[in-house]
Amino acid sequence: MKIVVCIKQVPDTKGGVKFNPDGTLDRGAMLAIMNPDDKAGLEAALKLKDEFGAEVTVLTMGLPKAADALREALAMGADNAILVTDRVLGGADTWATSTTIAGALRNIDYDLIITGRQAIDGDTAQVGPQIAEHLGLPVISYAQDIKVEGDKVIVQRQYDDRYHVVEAKMPCLITALSELNKPRYMTPGGIFDACKAEITTWGRADLKDVDDSNLGLKGSPTKIAKASDKVRKGAGEKIVPDSPEDGAAYIVAKFKEKHII
Amino acid sequence: MVTNNIEEYKGVYVFAQQVDNEISGIALELLGKGKELAAKLETEVTAVLIGYNVKGLADKLAEYGADKVILVDDPELETYRTEPYAHALASVIEKYKPEIVLVGATAIGRDLGPTVSARVQTGLTADCTVLEIGDFPLVAIPGQEQKHNQLLMTRPAFGGNTIATIACPDNRPQMATVRPGVMQKIAPIAGAKAVIEEYNPGFTPNNKYVTIKEVVKAVSDTVDIMDAKILVSGGRGVGSAENFKILEDLAEVLGGTVSCSRAVVDNGWKPKDLQVGQTGKTVRPQIYFAIGISGAIQHVAGMEESDLIVAINKDETAPIFDVADYGIVGDLNKIVPALTEQLKAAKAEKAAN
Repeated sequence: MKIVVCIKQVPDTKGGVKFNPDGTLDRGAMLAIMNPDDKAGLEAALKLKDEFGAEVTVLTMGLPKAADALREALAMGADNAILVTDRVLGGADTWATSTTIAGALRNIDYDLIITGRQAIDGDTAQVGPQIAEHLGLPVISYAQDIKVEGDKVIVQRQYDDRYHVVEAKMPCLITALSELNKPRYMTPGGIFDACKAEITTWGRADLKDVDDSNLGLKGSPTKIAKASDKVRKGAGEKIVPDSPEDGAAYIVAKFKEKHII
Repeated sequence: MVTNNIEEYKGVYVFAQQVDNEISGIALELLGKGKELAAKLETEVTAVLIGYNVKGLADKLAEYGADKVILVDDPELETYRTEPYAHALASVIEKYKPEIVLVGATAIGRDLGPTVSARVQTGLTADCTVLEIGDFPLVAIPGQEQKHNQLLMTRPAFGGNTIATIACPDNRPQMATVRPGVMQKIAPIAGAKAVIEEYNPGFTPNNKYVTIKEVVKAVSDTVDIMDAKILVSGGRGVGSAENFKILEDLAEVLGGTVSCSRAVVDNGWKPKDLQVGQTGKTVRPQIYFAIGISGAIQHVAGMEESDLIVAINKDETAPIFDVADYGIVGDLNKIVPALTEQLKAAKAEKAAN
């Protein structure tokens, strides 16, 4: 069985969001990590490798330094790594990103593609299903459990108040939740090998069946009109009422104003 | 990317999510917002109702603002699966050509939205919290056409640390998924009827149709505080386990849930699963009451993303007031019962009208 896991290198927002004195985000001070949902997807692939002897390829699109995330994946036990990087791919929204990754995946044999549900920087959850759409594959999003039986996958697909046990024939694409598992650590031998391992690097010319008009900033249908680091919430109004009833009446008045009651 | 003739695309469409033949709250919220956007664009709001034997839900959509309902009803659509639903919604878009399509950012919508937007080859903005009609670019730039009447979609990113406003100026429809609990439903118009148009694009199972082997519903008798829309949270200042009664009374009147700070759990007044904060749960309700909670940074980290924060504390210098939208300095033992009574009275008055 051949499995491709799509991963993204992201700035760590958990426990380490740093702010500049003016309240804006200090990106330079934050660590780059493998996106948590993607890492759970990689662990799921490695478990299938342990069980069935699958070949696991990790693929990422990003700047050249995203190779670090690929090396981490290799050190955890992935077999091959592919970096898709090219200046013309920069500034891509989810449409252009999924088009690019689908173009890369057309060069590879796979039975199963696993992506994380969403990345912690963009939080969109769009790229996985869009890759499936470009490749004409069935997609199962929000996987909280993945099993393989013969040429089929059996997945627990999470919803708000329930889950579905879903069966699909491979090839298919699954988006993984962090809850899926606890990713393994890199092994010392794995780290040693990963440092020396060759990473396949692809550029624009290596993407298959992709039109230039669908790539990068120019090929992105969504455009940013305005972006800002969120101003941290400051103090609102504070009153010292003459009586408890006055204090209560103040809240009731505010709730009426905001159509809460 | 196919650049389509933008002028052909008219109307605001809302995916009217239903589960087990019940309209999800987000569908009604989207109709409320859709109506507002449609008014600005001088057009109509259409609900796209997809399912099996769901025609009976159309009236409710009309009561909440739908001018028209497009009904796609087919046995293949009984339970949500990506492919038949994506085929249904994409076919409706291709046939009717709406200028805006809104989908809830639910576990269903965040799967359906990206699949459909890729199929109809347009942009999709995820998890929006503000939708407006305006110009793109926001300010005219010499040498670049400024387009009017564009959907401007604002969303948080980076774990809520940044916000961006996004437009989709050259492709139609303009699609957004919208975070539940943010937009306002309209007050229902009793007896309102919408024009119902039935449309079935045909459903032929292919490789993309998955099989549902089992549906397992969560069984839980306690409300998870992470799902609560209103939290009435108490801290050390509440004084005792027994005194949480006044918070429970307030929660009941608002349909909310009681939660607490770490000190309360350490004192054994409440169980750990009700604890908000860094070592407890991170919550993001629409309203968060911090009652007798001083507001240590570890607590604030778990609730500062709440939409509206109300603090009641006798200590004027308590740090909780630095994050509260509305703060009242005073004795919680007197203010909380007074608030409960006044809210009861306000609700009774509203019900009487």
